[in-house]
Amino acid sequence: MTTLTAEAVSDIVGRHYDVFNRPLLERCRAPLIGVAAIAYVVFAWSLFGIGAAISNGNWGIAGTYLADWVSYEIRPDIEYDGDYLAVEFPRFSPLGKDPQPAWLSRQTEDVQRPVVTDTDAGFGTENGTKSVVNSFMAPDAPGAQDNSKAAQSGGDSFMVEPSANGRANSPSVKTPPTAKTMNETVVTAVDVKIGSAAVSIRPGQVSVDYAGERLVIDIVADQMVRARGSLPEWAQQKHHDGDILMRFGFAGSVEVENDEVKVRHRILGWENFWFDTNSPFWGKSTSTVLSMIFFGDRISPAMSNAALAWNNILYNAEWQHADVWIKLLQTIVMAFVGTLFATLLAFPLAFAAARNITPNRFVNQLLKRSFDFLRCVDMLIWALFFTRAFGPGPLAGISAIFFTDTGTLGKLYSETLENIDDRQREGIRSVGAAPVLVQRYGVVPQVLPVFASQSLYFWESNTRSATIIGAVGAGGIGLKLWEAMRTNADWENVAYMVILILATVFVFDGISNAIRSRLMGNSAR
Amino acid sequence: MNSEPTPLRLSAQGQLVERHWREMLAKRRLYTVGGAIALLVVLAGSLWFANETNAGKFFDRLPHLFDFVGDLIPRDGFEIWRAMFDLPSPYADGSLKFNYPEGRYYITENLYVPEFVYKMIETINIALMATLIGFLFGFILCFLAASNLTTRRWLRFFVRRFMEVLRAFPEIVIAGFFLAILSLGPIPAIIAVSIHTIGALGKMYFEVVENADMRPDEGLRAAGGSWIERVWFGIVPQVMPNFLSYALLRFEINVRASTIIGAVGGGGIGESLRLSISRGHEAKTLAIIILLFVTIVAIDQLSAHLRKRIVGDQAFAFGRGD
Repeated sequence: MTTLTAEAVSDIVGRHYDVFNRPLLERCRAPLIGVAAIAYVVFAWSLFGIGAAISNGNWGIAGTYLADWVSYEIRPDIEYDGDYLAVEFPRFSPLGKDPQPAWLSRQTEDVQRPVVTDTDAGFGTENGTKSVVNSFMAPDAPGAQDNSKAAQSGGDSFMVEPSANGRANSPSVKTPPTAKTMNETVVTAVDVKIGSAAVSIRPGQVSVDYAGERLVIDIVADQMVRARGSLPEWAQQKHHDGDILMRFGFAGSVEVENDEVKVRHRILGWENFWFDTNSPFWGKSTSTVLSMIFFGDRISPAMSNAALAWNNILYNAEWQHADVWIKLLQTIVMAFVGTLFATLLAFPLAFAAARNITPNRFVNQLLKRSFDFLRCVDMLIWALFFTRAFGPGPLAGISAIFFTDTGTLGKLYSETLENIDDRQREGIRSVGAAPVLVQRYGVVPQVLPVFASQSLYFWESNTRSATIIGAVGAGGIGLKLWEAMRTNADWENVAYMVILILATVFVFDGISNAIRSRLMGNSAR
Repeated sequence: MNSEPTPLRLSAQGQLVERHWREMLAKRRLYTVGGAIALLVVLAGSLWFANETNAGKFFDRLPHLFDFVGDLIPRDGFEIWRAMFDLPSPYADGSLKFNYPEGRYYITENLYVPEFVYKMIETINIALMATLIGFLFGFILCFLAASNLTTRRWLRFFVRRFMEVLRAFPEIVIAGFFLAILSLGPIPAIIAVSIHTIGALGKMYFEVVENADMRPDEGLRAAGGSWIERVWFGIVPQVMPNFLSYALLRFEINVRASTIIGAVGGGGIGESLRLSISRGHEAKTLAIIILLFVTIVAIDQLSAHLRKRIVGDQAFAFGRGD
């Protein structure tokens, strides 16, 4: 290895004077740009108040929303009802009517007890009324499990119902107090397993085993919640004698209040993805469903079981498969038709706009400026324009993409045309071909692969932008996505649609890349 | 077609070639016609489907094509300028429609920025910020995805798929998610647009890097340069002009993208546009549309000019290329 002598170094410096003695400004340009960028970020940080916004953000809920993408929550409430308990599931629980999940076990007991309904009654009796009303609202609620009881409680609640409604609607109406005894199956104890946590709920007491610790909580109904001993790390109590919230990680949480225990149990997966709770196929294993479809007796007289199953899947109330698929197809159609029309229109116009092909300054400029106009009126505004014209739907999306891309493609095409090799045209013209044939054989073969490749590029990019203009009403899956997000409760539907969109985009990416590399040969791109 | 010249007498071999050529021609025609028919069928099906699932039918609604424009006719022409520059309107009746001066953002006692200009600046800043973030991360990721610099296949594969997902992930979902967490404002829009930008720029950048001249890299490797030194001194100087020009192109696209994101809740001019359209404020809507148009034209011109200075006449064959 040779080392450079000082002489050789100065020789090199002498030969490449420009490289070693650049002007100050040029040498400082890169660091200056860097500093400017950093200064800008600092400026923008304060302009947008990014720091404040991030620290004020509701990050606690972010985890819940993210978890919602891949899981769902079951939220039973266990109410204290005097000496008993009442387990209540929300009306549209993903577990369907009368849920009996394995992780929530109840001990029941048959008792006879008096039920007093009186508008002036105190708290205790109100609880009694409430339980009857509840059993009326959900006839299969835990209180009435066997048929004879259900019928009886149904009868009771029929009598009670007007008074209950009266209470709800016009408290001033006074109904005569009625007292009676009734047979009821009551819940005396509830044991809930949430992940590795075991919660056992008794009237007046809740005990929890989690992470090797045991917490016992005493409850005085409607007054206080108090833990025996100190609270472990996973439990929180914000106020003295107030509610105690216990978190068990991803699996869920339990909140002990002085009138009820709220259980949140998170289960991995998408609930009721194929069949909703109203479907006869709901909650059955795949093999059972298959055997029902192929060998089972007809469930509905109108259609075969297979048709019924397909129908149930399509019109699944929770996932709305048919609607989602139609909207996705709309998005695809919007991108495809919009780009195709734009290509078809931009192609002839570009010939008129290219200086070297149409030697008419006025026409060139007119077309180029109108391309600029179409391009620079944003796709958003075109989308709004056409949504107003055609009503929400894919026609608006097609037109918006068509207008914007006619401008963009026209501009690109005419630029390509202006850069073509003129010799081929000369050759064709020299043999006396008509002007149209000169273009056909002298120009088109040169530019067609480039044109097609540009159009394909826009096709795949439009598949993406069609999603977003959909959100302003121009049809497609965008609006559906936006609606699913707005409630903040259907993130699993968002995840489903995102997966569909990603798959679509990847498929069209692949198709367009394959066609393009075939058109352009291996040399290009 | 022109009449063909009288055929020459061909040798046996020549006839073979001729026949082969004719066969190929016939096959090609068949493919072309078949492809055209398939395309037409798909197109007809698509159009039928689009028309069926649209709220209004195409021919029924055609007379209403210019309804949007019809909604935009203000009381008088000067209303537009009053709305744009927040001047008091003679029609002011206390309603939101004519409350132009209320939107002023005062810088000093008397000097103010009109509301929509301010919102437009906000949108441009969203786009600029997103482009910067996208540039930074795209820059970092692209070298890991380039096959001439990263020899580990799994790493390349992973980085490329990651960038593809970032690019294809619907911006509106990211914006919606962060809107739920951070509440209304421009930050969800910045995050959404910049995530998309990372993917889009990263993809273009690694293609640029793969086409880079590897001789400087070889020299550095021979002199014992580490991977980072090889990238920084061997590759970055030659790809930087292209990187910058792609970033400028991206900035153009991002201005439009952040307008649209704004319209679905991300703040900036898009939000003003949506509000004024839904409330039926013609003058305001027109003012915003004009402002938007002028800004986009200006940014397009500026970016085209800068790009030309940075990379010379190297044309951008792929337009907005996202």
